[in-house]
Amino acid sequence: MAASAAVRSSMGLTLRLSRVIPVCSTCPLYRLNICGNSAASLQRRGSFDSIRTINRHLQTSIGLYQIEEGSSNAEDPDDYVVNIVYIDRSGQRIPVKAKVGDNVLYLAHKHGIDLEGACEASLACSTCQVYVSDAHFDKLPEPVEREDDMLDMAPMLQENSRLGCQIILTPELDGMELTLPKVTRNFYVDGHVPKPH
Amino acid sequence: IWCLLCCSSVIISVYSAGVIVRGSGKAFFASCNPKICVVGSGPAGFYTAQHLIKDAEVDIYERLPVPFGLVRFGVAPDHPEVKNVINTFTQTAKQSRCSFYGNVNVGKDVSIEELQQAYHAVVLSYGAEGNRTMGVPGEQLAGVYSAQNFVGWYNGLPSCQELNPDLSCETAVILGQGNVALDIARILLSPVDILKKTDITQPTLEALERSQIRNVLIIGRRGPLQIACTIKELREMVNLPDTRPEMVAADFNGVAEALKDVPRPRKRLTELMLKTALDTPGEKEQERRNKASRSWGFRFFRSPVEVLGDPDSMRVVGIRLAVNRLEGEGEGARAVLTGEVEDVKCGLVISSIGYKSVPIDPSVPFDSRKAIVPNNMGRVQHVSGLYCSGWLKTGPTGVIATTMNNSFDTARSLVEDIDSGTLDVSISKPGSQSISALLEKRGVKPVSFSDWEKIDNAEMKKGEASGKPREKLLSVEEMLRVVQT
Repeated sequence: MAASAAVRSSMGLTLRLSRVIPVCSTCPLYRLNICGNSAASLQRRGSFDSIRTINRHLQTSIGLYQIEEGSSNAEDPDDYVVNIVYIDRSGQRIPVKAKVGDNVLYLAHKHGIDLEGACEASLACSTCQVYVSDAHFDKLPEPVEREDDMLDMAPMLQENSRLGCQIILTPELDGMELTLPKVTRNFYVDGHVPKPH
Repeated sequence: IWCLLCCSSVIISVYSAGVIVRGSGKAFFASCNPKICVVGSGPAGFYTAQHLIKDAEVDIYERLPVPFGLVRFGVAPDHPEVKNVINTFTQTAKQSRCSFYGNVNVGKDVSIEELQQAYHAVVLSYGAEGNRTMGVPGEQLAGVYSAQNFVGWYNGLPSCQELNPDLSCETAVILGQGNVALDIARILLSPVDILKKTDITQPTLEALERSQIRNVLIIGRRGPLQIACTIKELREMVNLPDTRPEMVAADFNGVAEALKDVPRPRKRLTELMLKTALDTPGEKEQERRNKASRSWGFRFFRSPVEVLGDPDSMRVVGIRLAVNRLEGEGEGARAVLTGEVEDVKCGLVISSIGYKSVPIDPSVPFDSRKAIVPNNMGRVQHVSGLYCSGWLKTGPTGVIATTMNNSFDTARSLVEDIDSGTLDVSISKPGSQSISALLEKRGVKPVSFSDWEKIDNAEMKKGEASGKPREKLLSVEEMLRVVQT
């Protein structure tokens, strides 16, 4: 009994440690930029901040092991938390407590928010378009050319439009509000607003 | 939902996992469980269904044994990420409140009226299977195809497999400058080694390997500022390996100046075109262009007036184009004939000037001028319980995102009508039970979603041997054979 418990707990340690610093560069999810794992995004950005944050992962996980095996939902340190608000298509405000490194599209799905991601974050559609609050729009890194190309096809494009699948949360985005475009109720068929296809 | 009020004495779990009804409330619940049928399983059908299954049971009918419409048969083989949306649709299809009935021809195997009797509401989402014709002499010559049939051919649409286009000429001319035209140009000019790894059909690959086409002209009635394609597709042409762009500089007179007040998408697109057409390339790019064995280019201000044929072979040898000038500016500019004409030698003509919906059933109103079903926010005019979504509703333009919004819109109208009582869902309807019985009597065997998955697996397995994501089955017979094993 005790032996098997010891085996289990050591397995737990191995699993947790190996989860702390995943080797992302070879993973296809990482290379295709569809990995929702926060550590991957941190590695990708490679800033001094993210190295510090990875170290925090390490400390937290080791701390976890000592506290209680099997608990994987420990409280994150406050520095991790990024509070944002989604405003859905009916105007309802949905505050979300998220983490640094979270992907706005997958975060929305996790919280049951109606943000479609038809091409699954591969920059081949514009269904995850969101309007970013003015105060935070400039804090986002510049879109890559392919994102701009896809945004150009989005219905009801605005100055503050971005694709949700390309927004990764950072601490300065705390308080950001993301509005889902409302669907217009009128479509014209006489062709005076030709749409691409 | 108001259903919850009338069934308050019963325990219900009205969620995607299914409905649990207990005790004496069963009759109550069955009567306020709306049953809706969607005709067409492309993006419009599936996105509409996605929004309706929260409130109703949805049955999707599809003429072919395979679902997904233009996602399978329209999106270019070298755009696989666009097809990821199939995963979303598959999730919807596998919900217990959603059922797929493939191999059912609505309008022939079962009428709209019969569907309306069996369901509380019917949503028409069958898209645009016809195409606009040029309406010029010579259009019937061998070597002239509609873009729709050409795309259907290379994407494995069963009804287009006899096309066998002759690609032994040097120049191909495409009329129309939308994304479909650019897709076709790209498929004609891409190195075959790239296409070999896609789900393009085997007969197409063989034809492309033998192809002698070295030059593709993409022709539009109006000017660069009215071009209908988008920047992603233009960029793919500009970056296409082993090809060089060849444009007419004079076509771009005045274009740069007009860009000042133009919205961002049009501006970025035009800037890329100007750069490609007018800028002197850097050394590396110039070398690349010199070495290229194939070429492509836009030609503007030209409308087809006649397809010229060889009287003996009855094949196309050229096309006569009228020269236009523009009246007005921007999106609303009109092409006006100048009286001049110009002949271009070519052996393949593809008209990519627009898809067109067709009427499905005499009982459904149809506007033949606009080629849509007349509707108000998705509610078919003058017919209660009938709705439409997708291209059938608004006309055949728009990317998946547009169709998605359009379909959610129709779903919202329908749910509003249920909630307001405009659509009476209190009477019990038999739904697929009665339709299945009808179909059986008529010798029609519907294909279920898990039957499709058999076809799906067979195609993926077949593709493995040649390193392709799938090798599509090219006939309905083959598909049904796989289903029956």
